[in-house]
Amino acid sequence: MSNVLVLVDHTAGTVRKTTAELLTIARRLGEPVAVFVGEGVADALPALGQYGATKVIALSNPELTQFLVAPKAEALAQVAAKIEPSAILISSNAEGKEIAARLAVKLDSGLITDAVDVVAADGGAVTTQSVFAGNFTVQAKVTHGTPIITVKPNAATPEAAETSPEVEEFDVTISDAAKTARIVESKPREATGRPELTEAAIIVSGGRGTGGDFGPIEAFADSLGAAVGASRAAVDSGWYPHAYQVGQTGKTVSPQLYVAAGISGAIQHRAGMQTSKTIVAVNKDPEAPIFELVDFGVVGDLHKVLPTATEEVTKRKS
Amino acid sequence: MKIVVCAKFVPDATADRRFRSEDNTVDRAGVDGLLSELDEYAVETALTVKEAGDAEVTVLTVGPEQAADAVKKSLQMGADAGVHVLDDAIHGSDAVATSLILSKALAKLEADLVVFGMGSTDGGMGVVPAMVSERLGLPAVTLGSEVTVDGQTVRIRRDGDTASETIEGTLPLVLSVSDQANEPRYPSFKGIMAAKKKPVETWSLADLELTPEQVGGSSAWTEVVEVTARPARTAGTIVTDEDGSGAAGLVEFLSTNKFL
Repeated sequence: MSNVLVLVDHTAGTVRKTTAELLTIARRLGEPVAVFVGEGVADALPALGQYGATKVIALSNPELTQFLVAPKAEALAQVAAKIEPSAILISSNAEGKEIAARLAVKLDSGLITDAVDVVAADGGAVTTQSVFAGNFTVQAKVTHGTPIITVKPNAATPEAAETSPEVEEFDVTISDAAKTARIVESKPREATGRPELTEAAIIVSGGRGTGGDFGPIEAFADSLGAAVGASRAAVDSGWYPHAYQVGQTGKTVSPQLYVAAGISGAIQHRAGMQTSKTIVAVNKDPEAPIFELVDFGVVGDLHKVLPTATEEVTKRKS
Repeated sequence: MKIVVCAKFVPDATADRRFRSEDNTVDRAGVDGLLSELDEYAVETALTVKEAGDAEVTVLTVGPEQAADAVKKSLQMGADAGVHVLDDAIHGSDAVATSLILSKALAKLEADLVVFGMGSTDGGMGVVPAMVSERLGLPAVTLGSEVTVDGQTVRIRRDGDTASETIEGTLPLVLSVSDQANEPRYPSFKGIMAAKKKPVETWSLADLELTPEQVGGSSAWTEVVEVTARPARTAGTIVTDEDGSGAAGLVEFLSTNKFL
């Protein structure tokens, strides 16, 4: 069977859930080979083996993590030249997409981004993407070179398939040209204790209707074990950090349950959440376009509805 | 300094966007279009840099006839000149081919600073800046939410998923900016009048020493197999809150659907 390269998404060896999803998808297409960049491969090994990596290629050249994405793309191109994979899967986040873009040019290969599903078909992988604010579904394939596909979180349910992969150290040569943009400072984001927005099963988002008070949003989210999101209006008003923005210029999410509170539902916001499985809205304005999308809607003041609902949820759960 | 802003003409997101049934490409001719909203932030960045020093701002677009509107809007905002790469053979180009066309044009323009928006509002891949950087062998600092240009050094703040980073590179360089970077200006009446006299050149593929075989749908390295309109969501239950009934209904809904 052919090899399918999976670029491991991790923080100091702690593998993110998206990598388990990528490995699961890779098994549909061939034998998953994980490429691990940076420190901590020993810590990552059990998680990679659990989801079926047949081999782990470790790249530990310090220049790979110092200089942004160009060296990583160069390294992956060198790995690909040796392994000759039938496809390369990368997480669809900002860094992953940039690595994929460079790799496509280096390998003379077609690139598909933001896949929400990947299946094997005659002649290779067929991807599904959600486009135009979720109003269309597109199926596509790569017709030239090595298919490079970036995959969105929640595109697959991770399925365990225990293996005991060997680690192979791989030496890469980084050109001077790839070392020209550098990270001069990095401030880690403060942990909120809540699930990661793009990976969460439930998201509670607040908008203009919060009036700047995200207290009821956060409390309701915590009662449900949910992540907190925000509309662009709330972010632009400085009420919540941009990292939590859901919408076209923020995160695109597709949780099991999306609760929009005080969000009117402009196209910009819908683009980021329209593919959620179940949608609930609380809004004072009965004419708000968000109500066109909902499975359940409450016309009312979120400052009254959410605290009462939070209390009731907490009571039922205890 | 020569600044070039790469701007895209896209179908209006608030209009009825669709695909052409004959070749599954985005319908750009039959739908109202405009300068991609996210590229306005790139134009604004270029104008801010220009106003702080000595620079000339050229706006570059690749697209059909109507794409001239994207150039016009940028000129009205304050860009100095425009270049429109227009050639029938370009139709159907994917991101890889588009990056090839842009790279050739940017090399011809001898750009010191290339500015992109964070992505287009139609395709939305957000990969072209990195591809252009790769092709031109220039450093790229991308998704800047705050940009400073200090002599030859460009420094940005990028708010990522796990950290807020400061990233810098040296000119010539490719920069992309997020919608957090600034507040794009509206064209003034004076700007609108002045734009009419600004030079706009139209280049063909031949002007860039490219052949039709290198671009367009027939040489795209990706193919859309099928396009399906998403079925409209079926209307849900909507209740009006009266004395706590809204919260009770909400919790009951969550419970019935096993979210508790």
